[in-house]
Amino acid sequence: MLRAGCLEMIYPELHDKPVVTIMGACAQELYNLGHRENFFYLQHAMGLASSIGLGIAKHAPHEKVIVLDGDGSVLMNLGTFATLARYKPANLIHIVFDNGSLLSTGGYDTQTTDGTTNLADIARGAGVEHVATADAAVEFGEAFMQALERNEMSVIIAGVDAVGPEHYGMDLQLPENAVRFRRWLLSRKPQAQYPEPNAGKSS
Amino acid sequence: MTVSYENSKIIFDGIKAAGIKSVSALPETWLGLLLQRAEDDPEIDLIQVCKEEEAIGIAAGAYFTGTPHVLLMQNHGFLAAINGIVSLAQLYHIPLCMLIAYRGHMGEPYPWHTRGGIVTEPVLRALEIPYDYARDPRTVATQIKEAYTLAQSALSPVALLLTRELMED
Repeated sequence: MLRAGCLEMIYPELHDKPVVTIMGACAQELYNLGHRENFFYLQHAMGLASSIGLGIAKHAPHEKVIVLDGDGSVLMNLGTFATLARYKPANLIHIVFDNGSLLSTGGYDTQTTDGTTNLADIARGAGVEHVATADAAVEFGEAFMQALERNEMSVIIAGVDAVGPEHYGMDLQLPENAVRFRRWLLSRKPQAQYPEPNAGKSS
Repeated sequence: MTVSYENSKIIFDGIKAAGIKSVSALPETWLGLLLQRAEDDPEIDLIQVCKEEEAIGIAAGAYFTGTPHVLLMQNHGFLAAINGIVSLAQLYHIPLCMLIAYRGHMGEPYPWHTRGGIVTEPVLRALEIPYDYARDPRTVATQIKEAYTLAQSALSPVALLLTRELMED
């Protein structure tokens, strides 16, 4: 199964949902499908995509938050499964594309490569109730649709091939991405809950 | 020496007076009473993490939603969170208001806190993170508000070091 194919399959569902993706190939493949203001590309700080997703989901319960993670990234922050399980935001879907490879940094093996480490078992052991695995496109599509319909936190571990895009590059500066992503989220808040800190003040 | 019940309350009240609605934390001795208050307060959303770097991501998420947030951590937790601070917060210009239990400075009796205490300020300086000491219960509420305000206007991490004088009786 190709990650690019998985992303293409769910892309139509992402138009109205905050999406946090990890760096590298996953970010580029999402971008190549067409950038949207509601996409945040975490181009570094590996491991924190799901933590950002948790922060959004907890504070914007009206949004359905999608996190696109990878084995190399999530292995750097396995505690995240425990924190997600503890707070289990109902509006969070955490997808981990497991290609058993640090593809974006040279294709080195990870601890999942030969199946030694099983991320689904780790998520379940951490206390996540809804953990699906998918190694084929149909399975992945079904798992995603079930997660969308289920009003409970869901983790999907998707086994994908270790291939990425041929070219990398985005017409988007990193702070610009953060500002625009935030603006998109704020524009959809039910009401202005908290005033901007420096709003209405003169210098 | 015991953790100051009274000053923990003053700090918590200062957090609330600054308009903070959300707190991420990793519990430690000096922060315990503070976190208990946060947990019991329905107006504060408390998220406890396994490791402090997670809290950098959570704080970024809270910021994206426009929710006023502070991070509570020990200085060793700050040291554990550095890549997140550099490659998420600073890289993307995301503000962080960090209240840091400053272990291992003058008067520290426990050897295991000392190296972290000795390097905390040089690391803050190296990372160009503005910081101040909170020593006095009469001014700590103002300092929290000012740290939060600076973080938001500078779009930068800002640290307030909670000292022994403030945290212990």
